[in-house]
Amino acid sequence: MTACQSIEKTNSEKPVAARVTPAGRAFAPAVDIVENADAWRLIADIPGAGPNDIDVQFENGLLTLRALVAPRQREDVRFTHREYGVGEFRRSFEIGEGIDGSRIIAKVSNGVLVIELPKAEKIKPKKIAVKAG
Amino acid sequence: MFLTRYPMALSTNLRREMSNLLDEVFGDWPNGSTPAGRGFPALNVWEDAEHVYAEAELPGMKLEDIEVLVVGDELTLKGSRAEATGENATYHRRERGAGEFARTITLPYEIDSDRVEATLKNGVLTVTMPKAEAARPRKIEIKAS
Repeated sequence: MTACQSIEKTNSEKPVAARVTPAGRAFAPAVDIVENADAWRLIADIPGAGPNDIDVQFENGLLTLRALVAPRQREDVRFTHREYGVGEFRRSFEIGEGIDGSRIIAKVSNGVLVIELPKAEKIKPKKIAVKAG
Repeated sequence: MFLTRYPMALSTNLRREMSNLLDEVFGDWPNGSTPAGRGFPALNVWEDAEHVYAEAELPGMKLEDIEVLVVGDELTLKGSRAEATGENATYHRRERGAGEFARTITLPYEIDSDRVEATLKNGVLTVTMPKAEAARPRKIEIKAS
C-alpha cells in the first residue's frame, strides 16, 4: 500500500487548489520515509534550519515542507571552495487516506526534521485472536 | 552574440551544468550533491586576512559523532551518523545516508592548529582556523628613498 507518494511541485500533473507559488530557487531536502505499526515517519535533512525557520503545511492531502535558511556568509566573502549552496528547502508529498491529519507532529533537531504521520485507527494492523471452534 | 564573444565560457558552463545534473542523479550520499572523487561532506571554504573558515553540512550528528583534525595545511573531518529509525520499521524511501565518513582537504594556508575552533549548530559545522604567523598578510611600509 502506498499511503505516501512524493511529487515534485513543479512536475505535478494534477491541478491542485490554487495556492501561492513560491518563487526562486529551492533545494529539495533528502528524505527517508519509514513505516512502522503506528505511524509513518518522514525524515528530512535540512541543515542550518531551526524550529522557527521551518514551515510544514498539510492541506488537501498534500504535505509541504519549507525551510528558509538565511545565507551564512556575506555576499562578498572570498571562497576557495564552494561545493554547496545555502538557501530555501522545499518539497511536497501526497499523503494518502490512511493518515490522521489532525495528529501530525513535526520536530526538528540538529538540522533533521522528523514528521510523524500517525495512521488512522482503521488502517492499523490488528491482531485477530483465533479461537477453537 | 554570447557564442562568438565567449565561446569557451559557453562550453565550460554547459559542461558544468551537465555534470551537476548527472551528479544529482548518480552522485554519492547525500542526495548526489557531492561529485564522486571528492567525497562526503561537501565543504565550503573561505578566508579573510587572519583566518580560514570551513563549513560542512552534517545534519543529524552530535558533537561526539564528529572529529575535526588540523595538521599543517590539511583539515580532516571524520565521523558517523546512525540510522534514525528503530526496529520494525520499513523503509519506503531512502535518500539520506548513514554510516561513517572521512574527508581530508588541503587548505590554501598553513594553520595554527592550537587555536582552531569548531562549532556545530542545527547540523552545520563551522571550523575557524587562524592562519599560521608566517602565512598572514603583512603590510609593507613603503619608504621614500
